[in-house]
Amino acid sequence: MPKLVIDGQEIEVEDGLTLIQACELAGVEIPRFCYHERLSIAGNCRMCLVEVAGMPKPVASCHMSVNDLRPGQDGSPPQIMTSTATVKKAREGVMEFLLINHPLDCPICDQGGECDLQDQAMAYGVDASRFALNKRAVEDKNIGPLIKTIMTRCIHCTRCVRFMTEVAGVEELGAIGRGEDMEITTYLERGMTSELSGNVIDLCPVGALTSKPYAFTARPWELRKTESIDAMDAVGSNIRIDSRGREVLRVLPRNHDDVNEEWISDKTRFIWDGLRTQRLDKPFVRRRGRLEPTSWDEALSAAAKRIKAAKPSRVAVLAGDLTGAEELFALKDLSKRLGVKSIDCRPAGSGLDPKLGRASYLFNTTIAGIDQCDAILFIGSNPRLEASVINARIRQRWRDGGLKVGLIGERSDLTYEYEFLGAGPQTLADLVKNKSGFYRALKSAKRPMIIVGETAVTRPDGKAVLALAAKLAGEVGAVTKNWSGFNVLHTGAGRVAGLDLGFVPSAEGKDAAAILDGVKKGRFDVVYLLGADEFDLKRGHDTFFIYQGSHGDRGAHLADVIFPGAAYTEKSATYLNTEGRPQMTARAVFPPGEAREDWTIIRALSDVLDQTLPYDTRAQLRAAMYRAVPHFAALDEIEPASSTALTALAKKRATMAKEPFGSAFGDFYLTNPIARASAIMGEMSALIAAGGEGATGTDG
Amino acid sequence: MLDDKDRIFRNLYGLEDWRLEGAKARGAWDGTKKLVEKGPEWIIDEVKASGLRGRGGAGFPTGLKWSFMPKPGGPRPHYLVVNADESEPGTCKDREIMRHDPHLLIEGCLYAGLAMNAHVAYIYVRGEFIRERERLQAAIDEAYAAKLIGKNNRFGWDFDVFVHHGAGAYICGEETALLESLEGKKGQPRLKPPFPANVGLYGAPTTVNNVESIAVVPDILRRGATWFAGLGRPNNTGTKLFCISGHVNNPCTVEEEMGVSLRELIDRHAGGVRGGWDNLLAVIPGGSSVPCLPSPACQSLHMDFDSLSALKSGLGTAAVIVMDQSTDIIRAIARLAYFYKHESCGQCTPCREGTGWMWRVLERMARGEAQKGEIDMLLDVTYQVEGHTICALGDAAAWPIQGLIRHFRHVIEERIDDHQARTSGTDAVRSAAE
Repeated sequence: MPKLVIDGQEIEVEDGLTLIQACELAGVEIPRFCYHERLSIAGNCRMCLVEVAGMPKPVASCHMSVNDLRPGQDGSPPQIMTSTATVKKAREGVMEFLLINHPLDCPICDQGGECDLQDQAMAYGVDASRFALNKRAVEDKNIGPLIKTIMTRCIHCTRCVRFMTEVAGVEELGAIGRGEDMEITTYLERGMTSELSGNVIDLCPVGALTSKPYAFTARPWELRKTESIDAMDAVGSNIRIDSRGREVLRVLPRNHDDVNEEWISDKTRFIWDGLRTQRLDKPFVRRRGRLEPTSWDEALSAAAKRIKAAKPSRVAVLAGDLTGAEELFALKDLSKRLGVKSIDCRPAGSGLDPKLGRASYLFNTTIAGIDQCDAILFIGSNPRLEASVINARIRQRWRDGGLKVGLIGERSDLTYEYEFLGAGPQTLADLVKNKSGFYRALKSAKRPMIIVGETAVTRPDGKAVLALAAKLAGEVGAVTKNWSGFNVLHTGAGRVAGLDLGFVPSAEGKDAAAILDGVKKGRFDVVYLLGADEFDLKRGHDTFFIYQGSHGDRGAHLADVIFPGAAYTEKSATYLNTEGRPQMTARAVFPPGEAREDWTIIRALSDVLDQTLPYDTRAQLRAAMYRAVPHFAALDEIEPASSTALTALAKKRATMAKEPFGSAFGDFYLTNPIARASAIMGEMSALIAAGGEGATGTDG
Repeated sequence: MLDDKDRIFRNLYGLEDWRLEGAKARGAWDGTKKLVEKGPEWIIDEVKASGLRGRGGAGFPTGLKWSFMPKPGGPRPHYLVVNADESEPGTCKDREIMRHDPHLLIEGCLYAGLAMNAHVAYIYVRGEFIRERERLQAAIDEAYAAKLIGKNNRFGWDFDVFVHHGAGAYICGEETALLESLEGKKGQPRLKPPFPANVGLYGAPTTVNNVESIAVVPDILRRGATWFAGLGRPNNTGTKLFCISGHVNNPCTVEEEMGVSLRELIDRHAGGVRGGWDNLLAVIPGGSSVPCLPSPACQSLHMDFDSLSALKSGLGTAAVIVMDQSTDIIRAIARLAYFYKHESCGQCTPCREGTGWMWRVLERMARGEAQKGEIDMLLDVTYQVEGHTICALGDAAAWPIQGLIRHFRHVIEERIDDHQARTSGTDAVRSAAE
């Protein structure tokens, strides 16, 4: 614990800190451009220079370790000065150098108002420039549809290069040339294909890399900033939704050390244009084969008429990936009151079952727990696409060294090295049976993790795969008193809440697969789809489809009645991420037109059905929900799941099929109705399909 | 003047055989076994006692540098890296060693390697040195064949020497940029600390030495530290290769005693200044990076580290660039500024942005187009670069300009006045407005 004196203030700090961190602890702000807590230290901007007593030159505080300082000759702690004339002069000098070749185009720069260079020039710069020569101009690069480049503004801090190389794990950005001619580029001007690439926009301290879809849209001070939670995957990334009037204009990450750190995936970031298009803004009913706009009263009564007429056993309820806990709770409640037993929130054929215990479907290790693991086995999972931010965390762990990774499933580039063990459940069976190969790596690991993907358990033998994975986890010591290494990686944001709420068929009810089969055979009169667009359903047999959701997507096309709902940015809803961490979204904008917050629709329907749900406000609904599932009330806290469930699960026996594990979804950019409505996502999808070649700028 | 018997580089001009036989005849590889048996501590002590200071420019005591290496027995290998990326304008000493006395370098590597517990040496040769690299490689092959180096060699210290050819970047002469380049990365200096002695090549303890520093070690060990320390002046001992270029009648590289007077160096070895000693305008005493000295300062100048730094210049690589009265000193320094602008790696801000700015202002000054106020501004910019960069290239770019303004401000001012007198009214108004 070295002692330091920072600007006359004595402070004791931990070993291994750098001076910039120590200064921060002492409450002294140090300006910086290239330094970033989550990236390696480059020390190239020279903005953070401080004076250290006894050193001839000013020192880059971002890089100098507190342990490298020598005490004074009388044994006094090292003195760091951050407000001397030397430091002031050094900062002014660096500022001047940065500005001589930086264009004075702040009025037309999208970074304006949230620009580090602007802010620090105000705080640490001088008032006028002495540079009277021509400024350097740099050609802009086309690096894809997400990121706009104005490379003349670049100050060569290399944050973007370090992010892409270290965190995203895709060496797509680099610096070529030297001296003044140094340029940041994708070398061959290919579009960037990383699903984390958008983060370089936040990292760029100037306006060199800005959001292309957001270009020239708004100034930061015009925006209303709402802190919320993302629903594009099951990570539960913390986001900030920036909106103006009724429109969401952009999505930015918020820091949460235990979830997304400060990264979000491109889908999370650039989904916002999908929130405006294909919206269901009025209730619809189908008349003479056509969907026609109607009033809420008519839509509700049309639906109620058919529900009342149908036998409860001939009514089915399916919930989709984006649904919040509130509407799931209300709809489950209503189903129960109606005696409807065929309800499901899982994909068809899922082997996950709340009856097997909570531990059987959670990411028990927790995301932060990844930092401690030393071996990982993926079973039918592609974390890079299913949970990009978690994959970045695993990569970080891998970069720290000593991590062994094995994969059963589809081969793909995970941005780190792994041992490919096989494609299907047979490999898993062999692993457990032969106890060789990667089994030994898991066995010898102190904290092994087994990560089961959704595709591995969403198949006829899903239960068997889950049980065998649990058996493996038990055998290799992944489930102990202090370590819980059995994990399921979900893809749907609403799934864990649904499983926790028991949004699954009760005794005589049918599960999703059986419902789909039943619909095909005409065994259901009414099917209620709550944001359910990913099911393979067709109209026919006079089945009456009710669709409640935000977008005119697959589900709406089937519907006889459409209840327009709210998207995740338009309601306050609870989502549990794959760890089982309850987090709450906040309403950034109102739902469009006559669309309503989802639980209120169900409440209104219950009224028409004469089964009025006993809650009139969101607070009352939540109170009821918290009585049923108390852990939902503890926001941002993970209720640990008991591992005894896994021991029981491990004992189950079942046979397994031979087919290899597939992938969770065909296209990362088009996984849900909002994404499919987004032009930006469509463009990215096309770019990836073309192998990154579509954005070279040479194809017109 | 250095006695012939005290010369270390006896084949500096390539008049004799550079091969192993010739080198042996001149004393190389003599008594190596005995010297190796005396052990690393003895070698380091001997080099320390000799007072040898690094010949690459900074003049850091070589023995002390070696002693910074961690104690043997650690998990990581130790490396010796020889910096043969001799790119400093005006400097042409290491190439002569590699061309004509390569065995002195190889033998020096063996002792240095032994002293710092390294079994491997890498010699990083400048990209443009094609023939030098071939010659050096040939000498290394000879040494391997004669079992002087390599595994199970005659001396019982397994030692491999590898030559690595650079790609022609001045910055790769900076020791950490050199290590980066050697590792196959873009040649950009690393942040220090950690210093190479702790975390160097491939993360292992490494010492980077100049070719000349290593090549003089065999003679120091053979003849004794007291012999070396007896040459030169206190704290600036031994012999040194001086490279004299520019406006002299006979440009040359010559081995002389440290602290030899500049006038002797020029008159005796380089055939005198073109047009006589009084025609001298200025001298850059240590390669392009050090500030120039005007002729009054050169009259009784001792060429060693301490005397030159007392004059706010430096011995650097001892590359003496002589400029006579015909020189346009502003243009000359502007040309050097262009060199630094061209060779800046672009990593850190002050050097990347400052070198270009300084060069452009100097170009205008050379044409007389600048304003007088810009002289002080330029000086201020040099101070903004100096000491604020990751490596010393920023300092090297700033110093020549500081030297120019310190000693030749009047020349710049006259040039500006001339230009304004030649061009009518408009510019005069601008300067009046300032």
